[in-house]
Amino acid sequence: MDFKSQFKEGLITNNPVLVQLLGLCSVMAISTSFFNGIGMGIAVTIILTLSNIIISAIRNIVPNKIRIAMFIVVIAGFVTMVDLLLQAFVPALSESLGVFIPLIVVNCIILGRAESFSYKNGVLASAIDGICQGIGYTAVLLVMCIIREFLGAGTFGGGILGSGGIFDGGALGAGKGITILPEQYPMKLLTLPVGGFIVLGVLIAAMQWALNRSKQKAEEAAKIEKEAVQV
Amino acid sequence: MKELSTLITITIGAILSNNFIFSQFLGCCPFMGVSKKIDTATGMGFAVVFVMGLASAITWCVYNWILLPLNLVYMQTVAFILVIASLVQFIEMFLQKSVPSLYTALGVYLPLITTNCAVLGVALLNIQNSYNFIEAVVYGITGGVGFLLAIVLLASVREQLVFADYPKSFDGFPIALVAAGLMALAFMGFSGLDIFK
Repeated sequence: MDFKSQFKEGLITNNPVLVQLLGLCSVMAISTSFFNGIGMGIAVTIILTLSNIIISAIRNIVPNKIRIAMFIVVIAGFVTMVDLLLQAFVPALSESLGVFIPLIVVNCIILGRAESFSYKNGVLASAIDGICQGIGYTAVLLVMCIIREFLGAGTFGGGILGSGGIFDGGALGAGKGITILPEQYPMKLLTLPVGGFIVLGVLIAAMQWALNRSKQKAEEAAKIEKEAVQV
Repeated sequence: MKELSTLITITIGAILSNNFIFSQFLGCCPFMGVSKKIDTATGMGFAVVFVMGLASAITWCVYNWILLPLNLVYMQTVAFILVIASLVQFIEMFLQKSVPSLYTALGVYLPLITTNCAVLGVALLNIQNSYNFIEAVVYGITGGVGFLLAIVLLASVREQLVFADYPKSFDGFPIALVAAGLMALAFMGFSGLDIFK
């Protein structure tokens, strides 16, 4: 398996959120601002890559029966490290993500990749898989954040850009975002939990539609080719 | 008296106004995954109530009696997940031996609970809100009841979705998510119930 196909798999055809439907809790819960999304995405990608590497490295030593417990210990160790590092160096992010940083331990994406990929593959392939799946997760998270922030608050890049943001001399996580829609238009509903459920539902539906369409196209093309051969 | 009102506030909050699923997004994976039929949803819901109550009690003891005195607070995530995983395993073995009828009823849902973020979530939130032992247990049980309510409601909606006419791309998960979103909207109506706060 080469890097390109793994990347395509992680981002589109086997996207952890939109196709495998894993890790939905965190995607819905924290996709309220651009800053949260990018922070959580990076945190998950790092933890996923590191735990994939360690798990594939120890896969031959670990007995089959206690593998799940081992996975959880490895993942919990990395999550604790990232949690403490964030508290020390990016307290604003740690505060706004709250309990969802320690909850990365039970994020199904990481355990799912450990079980279905890194327990069966070599270290390098697992590392690349971790990065690609992490990027796929981050991409969905960012799309959710951008949609919810734009329609719900009328801004873009909340927490990083805009007045009080890092380019305005402010602290990380304090920016109000660039206002695009005037104040009276945005639907505040979308920044509330309701928006998380509905936007994710619509995104998964769009993904299913796109995948079905490309599959149908491929089938049609194959059919035409077959007929051409027969003629 | 003050104790009692705190407990009532916690109960109402965990079940209605601050429901684990609809306002805190904890436990969404099993909530979406096991809500196709009312029977299985009820089984999962009761299993979660049971495990969340026990897990809150045990993790509270572990935190306050072991981690705090030994200055190991930074290990709480690792300690909690290990406690929960072994607790679930233990309950499974215990039920299999002594209450086989309940064991068969809960079936595959018991081991799945280990990775239910509501269970680890409630353990962490108990510490974050610095609840005492009774408050922690009540929060765990009522949080589970909130989960049970939500999953049974969603399962009843999903059973009716067979008769609905929606775009084909929404088949399966997406339409369930939209239904859950509308239910979250309805649950927002309870947010005025935080009377004792």
